[in-house]
Amino acid sequence: MSDFPRWRYFLVAVVLVLGILYGLPNVYVPLQAVQVTANQSTSLDPAAQQKVITALQSAKIPYVNESLKHDASRGDYIVIGFANGDLQKNAADALKATLGDSYTVAFNLEPTVPRWLTAIGGRAMPLGLDLQGGVRFLMAVDQDDIVDRQENRYTQDIAALLKDRKIPFISVARNATRGQGVNVMLSSAADRTAASDAIASEYTDLGVTDGASTGDRFALNASIKPNKLHDLQVNAIRQNLATLSNRINALGVSEPVIQVQGEDHISVELAGVQDPAEAKKVIGATATLQYVAGLGDARDPAVQDAAKTGNVPPDAHLYYGQHGEPFLVSKNIIASGDELVDAASGNDPQSGSPMVSVTLNSAGAAKMLDFTRDNVGKPMAVVYVENTTDTKIVDGKEVRTPKTTYSVINYATINGVFSNKFQTTGLQSSKAASELALMLKGGSLAARMDIVQEGVIGPSLGQDNIEKGLKAVLLGLGLVLLAAAIYYKLFGLVADVALFFNLVILVAVMSMIGVTLTMPGIAGIVLTLGMAIDANVLICERVREELRNGSTPLAAIRAGYEKAWATILDANVTHLIAALALTTMGSGPIKGFGVTLLIGILTSMFTSVTVTHAITALIHGGRKLKTLSV
Amino acid sequence: MEIFSHNSNVHFLGLRKVSIGIAVLLMLASIVLLATRSLNYGLDFTGGVSVDATYDNPVSVEDVRSALDKGGIENAVVQSVGGTRQVSLRFQPKDDKHYVLQEGKSPNLDLISNDVAKALQTARPDAKIAGKNYVGPQVGEQLRSDGVTAAIFVIIGIGLYLWIRFERRFAIAALATEVHDVLVTLGVISLVQREFDLTVLASVLAVIGYSINDKVVVFDRIRELFRSSRKADPEEVLNRSINSTLSRTIITSTFTSIAMAALYFFGGPSVHGFAITMLIGILVGTLSSIFVASPILLWLGVSKKDLMPVTKENPELARRP
Repeated sequence: MSDFPRWRYFLVAVVLVLGILYGLPNVYVPLQAVQVTANQSTSLDPAAQQKVITALQSAKIPYVNESLKHDASRGDYIVIGFANGDLQKNAADALKATLGDSYTVAFNLEPTVPRWLTAIGGRAMPLGLDLQGGVRFLMAVDQDDIVDRQENRYTQDIAALLKDRKIPFISVARNATRGQGVNVMLSSAADRTAASDAIASEYTDLGVTDGASTGDRFALNASIKPNKLHDLQVNAIRQNLATLSNRINALGVSEPVIQVQGEDHISVELAGVQDPAEAKKVIGATATLQYVAGLGDARDPAVQDAAKTGNVPPDAHLYYGQHGEPFLVSKNIIASGDELVDAASGNDPQSGSPMVSVTLNSAGAAKMLDFTRDNVGKPMAVVYVENTTDTKIVDGKEVRTPKTTYSVINYATINGVFSNKFQTTGLQSSKAASELALMLKGGSLAARMDIVQEGVIGPSLGQDNIEKGLKAVLLGLGLVLLAAAIYYKLFGLVADVALFFNLVILVAVMSMIGVTLTMPGIAGIVLTLGMAIDANVLICERVREELRNGSTPLAAIRAGYEKAWATILDANVTHLIAALALTTMGSGPIKGFGVTLLIGILTSMFTSVTVTHAITALIHGGRKLKTLSV
Repeated sequence: MEIFSHNSNVHFLGLRKVSIGIAVLLMLASIVLLATRSLNYGLDFTGGVSVDATYDNPVSVEDVRSALDKGGIENAVVQSVGGTRQVSLRFQPKDDKHYVLQEGKSPNLDLISNDVAKALQTARPDAKIAGKNYVGPQVGEQLRSDGVTAAIFVIIGIGLYLWIRFERRFAIAALATEVHDVLVTLGVISLVQREFDLTVLASVLAVIGYSINDKVVVFDRIRELFRSSRKADPEEVLNRSINSTLSRTIITSTFTSIAMAALYFFGGPSVHGFAITMLIGILVGTLSSIFVASPILLWLGVSKKDLMPVTKENPELARRP
């Protein structure tokens, strides 16, 4: 036992106990539940609970448990657990029919993990879309918003271009009809030709046509070419898709499925949740941002007047802050959310007060530089544009009314000229700073989006395929264990014990990180375990070699472990590099698979070497041996 | 129990002209296959058609699946939506038997959804089509660019590690063999036109990890033998290294293959692609560890003096079990 110090036994024991403890929650499969909440006017009392029970009994749907619960965020709700998804769906249908409109019936997953396990941070791995399904959202990308943004931008850009080229003009304004481009009014035919040439050569996406001319007013219309408009729309959807993926992926390995559907829809599927409200938090706001010049805050009498009378100056918008205070801001947008690269909260190194540092891309930076050069000391506002859809039941049909709300989330004075990087200081608390940073990042969509459909979806794999897969996994593992025991006898059995603990620790670590379990993920676990036995093969082959070379059994064990270690280390580090690369690959199954592989390699180095060594030392230590069973 | 004689002494390197020749041929064939036949990309990569269907009475997902299979629409992903009366179907239009690809035209949604309706209504007359649409691929351009970054990361990372721990020639030999393994694995998948989806991609990437592991074990023995033997003829040392790790190489791949074979034969369609790709990869990787990696090393001119400890090995590492 001399070559295996006591503290290592202790380490092995501690890790194994922790592994079992944190792997345990996966034994408690969450119940497929139906959740009943009351709408405003009705109350949820024991009578309602009785109604639910009677409804289920008359529909002959067996349930596992049922209780009336209260939660700070959800309020009162009745939750009924079912043995499987089919019963759950049937029950929801039955309850919807009997309870009527005064109650909302929704799906939910009710965890069954004992409280003491949850208390120490134990949680089960969420099951993936293929095994359990989840929530699907269908989001419509606001096509009008894309056109609005482009036309507003071109209106500003054309005015700036004409000024720059010193071409005199009467006015540059967006056509009142969306999609009709920008109208430029000039005072001579020569000016019009010059302007037309300038615009056509500078902005190749625009088609320029002469309008009617009356007396000394010569009109010119510049509108986005139809094929370019289509490109812009495709681009905006692609950008939104990327932003959305980044946002969801930043939350960890949830293996979402995000894809374009039809012309202008994005569908998002999230696993492990059945409550759309909860899932919506994951997707985050479908909002956008605008940086605009500030024209006055609540202390300004002009603003107070505008708020009271509703008379807003033509070049301004009246928006409200988060606490209801009015602001007047310019209609000209300096930079918008899709030009924002990053926003992070921190502390101002000079004053120590909370701040948010913002990074813009080059296009946004150029416009910001132009604006701040002329406007130091003047205020700038950040406007948060949020799209919400009100769903009302009118005559038994769902009626959706989209609503756009504008709110000023920040209003600050420009302290100097800046371009791509700047800080917003003077925030009240670090909580306010991190909230602002989150909102800024959330608003970096290229076009507004609207959730038009949301619902619970079932697993994409059939129940029989899930069962087949799980059986094959167990069979595969069993065969590997058997083969190792036959080929390496006692050492093989020791390796088998280690492999079992490897599985336990792997599952525990995956649960703690919150890896979503999918069928390919399960296959990945089997593969990892199959490869983990490699370390034991290396050790056993070495021990055999040492024995052949005439070493005594104990010396053979020691030399076997020592010599094999260098090989195991090299082989595993290179393997680890390959696995690490997989985890950097975007989202979905590949990333999840990479994480499984990565954790598996690390745990196998521990179990295959340290754990087997501990067991081997226990068995053989302090005994006189003539042979080894290897 | 021993399957392989521990004093096996097959002259693997004597076959090096043949083995490298075959390896190069296989690689070229794979490149030609990938260029001409390409891979049979799955729904994850190509996107396809999404059809929503509603039923007047509750329906089970299994029934919908079998109705589609009977109607000639195979490999459709079927999911229940909301409750028991709505299902969402996704499939590649080429899985629809009436679908003929017209050059430069997107598939006709109406024709396809008619086929779906027919298939569903044959089994259940109360089925109705509620919506149809194209869906984009699940794999965005992001994953493609991420994939390139990941590949570069793997090449530089593994190359650098082997360069530092071993020597430059080992890094080159390992990476060259690695490229061979991946190309040939992809070539076989292309040859049999097995559907290439995200799961198969994951297992191709896992093959990289598996096969590098295999090579490093042999390399490790080569280094050890070079350092311990007095008279070190490179060809002899390499050959002895392959022979003395042969048992391990084959036993490890047999164990891993057993697990994958169980998945392949009994695991059903969801793990089929994964298992078969791994089986191909393990075979290719094992053979190349024995027949390809070391000959490359020999040709690169590895010798004893390159491997004598220039930098002293970390004593801490050597001491650990």
